[in-house]
Amino acid sequence: MLKLPIYLDNNATTPMDPRVLEAMTPYFLEHFGNAASRNHPFGWEAEEAVDYAREQVAKLIGADPKEIIFTSGATEGDNLAIKGIFEMYASKGNHIITATTEHKAVLDTCKHIEKAGGEVTYLKVKPDGLIDLNELEAAIRPTTILIAIMYANNEIGTVQPISAISAIAKKHGVLLFTDAVQAVGKIPVDVNKDGIDLMAFTAHKMYGPKGVGALYVRRKNPRVKVTAQMDGGGHERGMRSGTLNVPGIVGFGKACEICMQDMEADTKRISKLRDKLETELMKLEEAYINGSTEHRLPHVTNISFKHVEGEGLLMGFNKNIALSSGSACTSASLEPSYVLKALGLGDDLAHSSLRFGLGRFTNEEQIDYTIKAISETVLKLRDMSPLWEMYKEGIDLSKIEWAAH
Amino acid sequence: MAYSEKVIDHYQNPKNVGTLDKSSKNVGTGLVGAPECGDVMRLQIEVDDATGMITDAKFKTFGCGSAIASSSLATEWLKGKSIDEALTVDNMDFVEELNLPPVKIHCSVLAEDAIKAAINDYRVKNGMDSIKFEESVVH
Repeated sequence: MLKLPIYLDNNATTPMDPRVLEAMTPYFLEHFGNAASRNHPFGWEAEEAVDYAREQVAKLIGADPKEIIFTSGATEGDNLAIKGIFEMYASKGNHIITATTEHKAVLDTCKHIEKAGGEVTYLKVKPDGLIDLNELEAAIRPTTILIAIMYANNEIGTVQPISAISAIAKKHGVLLFTDAVQAVGKIPVDVNKDGIDLMAFTAHKMYGPKGVGALYVRRKNPRVKVTAQMDGGGHERGMRSGTLNVPGIVGFGKACEICMQDMEADTKRISKLRDKLETELMKLEEAYINGSTEHRLPHVTNISFKHVEGEGLLMGFNKNIALSSGSACTSASLEPSYVLKALGLGDDLAHSSLRFGLGRFTNEEQIDYTIKAISETVLKLRDMSPLWEMYKEGIDLSKIEWAAH
Repeated sequence: MAYSEKVIDHYQNPKNVGTLDKSSKNVGTGLVGAPECGDVMRLQIEVDDATGMITDAKFKTFGCGSAIASSSLATEWLKGKSIDEALTVDNMDFVEELNLPPVKIHCSVLAEDAIKAAINDYRVKNGMDSIKFEESVVH
């Protein structure tokens, strides 16, 4: 039996895997100790659990457990990495390179760096969402200390060529930080093979709990250090003070272990569903896939349905299907997605987009329902759209002088 | 954001979707908004020359649920009204009737503008001056 509503917004957050909850429960109840309490069994149990989770997390990304700094999530990881490097390496330089399609947690942190006297280069992306490696290399200056490029984009799923980026970074002695929130647990990520120096990721995008994440900080070749952004008890090797969220960390560890074990099978199944969804929806006229289809996460697709407004489209089925749109009709600015605009999409197509994020618990029945519901709504709204009527009459919409609103 | 029941009802069962013959002298067409802003409304009225009454109204809208609901409601309100009465429809009437939240006020402004644009189109077609309206202040 099909159960509604259907959840297809797994890029926003994922449901928790019941196996993760099961692993966490004892750490709320009988094993509630503070991992920093060194003098009694409650503390020992908590510390042991954190150590084990640290190994599970490290293993998934090919790191040493000592290189894992637990955080409250990826926003904190992004802040700690960028601000921490900017402060720690101030004597070496003050220039950071990032891209226009980064998450706000990176972009706004970079804005903060600029206010603090740093310099930031925002690389444009190509129409497929990938950065241009030549432009990256050309942007490097003697004062460049950090390249911050995300592993995979949250709106379009585009996967950046991280190994090629790290090769350029190494050649010029610059550190590489990547926000890998959408990639870790979904595709193979290996900090050594990929040449990553710092990496932020979070549990709640990989079937773990909210409120816990990690920053990977390389310890060898080179040894990387970040200046702590929170003062206190000197937890996490002095890089992140604050009592450890033991149940969250235990859940994060379990989530990593499950991802590692199930990744191949999950990817195979989910990408097949994604491809079916995409193929069927692309049968509609004037539908466009946003971003690279070649270098892309297996569970994501982002499609624009021309001449239909995204929020209006969502309203046709959002009681039954949870999705998000690049249309920002709800925001006071009326600005559509900056990521889609960075690809060179016109505002009209950016307003007309839907983002699909499939996940471990998505099944074929849900996809079939979604294909039908969206196709019907697109057709219904096009019947109601003056732009569609004009398009069908052969009127060039770009030549119309729209009343400026 | 949750929509009001009235918005949902208009969205699911829009009234008077369609197209009138824009070349007809009796038909006034207002096309307002822009694709870049995420909403375009086309509102058409058919006017009885002899009585000055609006005998029919149709719309097509590209936009969010509130924009669709505002234009659907506009066509309902216009039918059977005289041109002079139609000119008194204010954007706040839409806000009240549809319980639009502040972020959706622009939809109501667009609907008011579409009514005025349609009336002016009809007036110009029939040898009358177009009425100068104050600029919308919301946008």
